[in-house]
Amino acid sequence: MRAQRLGSDPLTAAAVVTARESGLIACTTCGKVWSPEAEICGHCETPLITRPAQGLSPVWAWLVAGILLYIPANMWPMLITRTLGREDASTILGGVVELTQLGSYGVAFIVFFASIVIPVAKFTAIAVLVLAVRHEIAMSQTRLTHLYEVVEFIGRWSMIDIFVVAILAALVQLGFLASLAPGPAAACFALSVTFTMLSAKAFDTRLIWDRIGETK
Amino acid sequence: MIGAILPDGSNLSHANPVAGLIACRTCDALWRDDRPAPGERMRCPRCRAVLRTSRPAALDRVLAFALATPPLMAIALTASFLTLSGGGARQEASVIDAANAVAHANTWPLALAVGALIVALPLLRALALAYVLLPIRLGRGPARRAARAFRLAVELRPWAMAEIFLIGVAVVLVKVSGLASVSLGPAFWSFVTLAALALMEDAALCERSVWDLIR
Repeated sequence: MRAQRLGSDPLTAAAVVTARESGLIACTTCGKVWSPEAEICGHCETPLITRPAQGLSPVWAWLVAGILLYIPANMWPMLITRTLGREDASTILGGVVELTQLGSYGVAFIVFFASIVIPVAKFTAIAVLVLAVRHEIAMSQTRLTHLYEVVEFIGRWSMIDIFVVAILAALVQLGFLASLAPGPAAACFALSVTFTMLSAKAFDTRLIWDRIGETK
Repeated sequence: MIGAILPDGSNLSHANPVAGLIACRTCDALWRDDRPAPGERMRCPRCRAVLRTSRPAALDRVLAFALATPPLMAIALTASFLTLSGGGARQEASVIDAANAVAHANTWPLALAVGALIVALPLLRALALAYVLLPIRLGRGPARRAARAFRLAVELRPWAMAEIFLIGVAVVLVKVSGLASVSLGPAFWSFVTLAALALMEDAALCERSVWDLIR
């Protein structure tokens, strides 16, 4: 199946030469091409690696850390409100429900999308990308590359809820609002988003394209 | 086509990159380092990643955005961010007020993280860009350690989150709308401008062109 796809593409494996196949090292920051003995790009000072020595382990490690923290981020309260001695704790999903009860469906959707849909989609997408390096997956290299770009672009937007909680906490300190405090889920969620961003950053997209050469 | 430019080993030097070649950062394919016509984008024919763009005015624009960031940030921090009114009372607060108030509360780690993402990192990124581009623009040649500064600016981009913060502000406004009436001050609009500048800067910046100017 892969061979067929390559055959239909005008740029087949034969037409494309990679830096690695040519015995050269390309800089992933500035694109300059160096002799294999070079260790640091003389142009932009980035350490040169033809492919990451530790392979995909850093990607997996950050991803697993992100997923593990995402669990308490959803179970524990994100926001704790105290009114007249009554304590009310709401989780991420609880906050979305509250917003729909206020009738703010648009905002509820934004928070739901940023805090639930994006993180879960991102975990899945990174796992797919990592698996695609080692296993046959019914997605073309072009689509996998697009998937990576989407993951990189959209991951940061999960931080919305963290900003919401921080602003609300600041409003309380300023005396604008009644007592309200960020719950333990806030830190877990912020770290989960950060770790997933680091996981995506650790992934080397060149690994997706290397497979074309192997099937030659 | 590429074979003709590929070094045969004898003319490889450790001090200089292979002349006339560019590697795709996304898929490692080698291409002839052609300059696209003004306004054009050169994409990797294999994976469609952008190799190079050519917009002569782009560097000036990026420099202008970088230079505009510190004064806008000063306004964003010190001017009134929001005004809350209700029950005949009016109260104004700036980001600095909020930071002061939060500094003594146990939520300071969260505030510190937010401050880094919306103030410190965007500011550092703008200063790094100005440090790299200003001497080049003035025809003085690249600054010392310009490569390091530009790499910092590139790496900081995903972590500068002014535009995401603004969506957070919008969500807060909806959440508190039942409790008080809130109006936004000049600092908010300053943040909006900063976010818009960051997005336009992203669109204008061709990293490869800057790398060519640094060495």
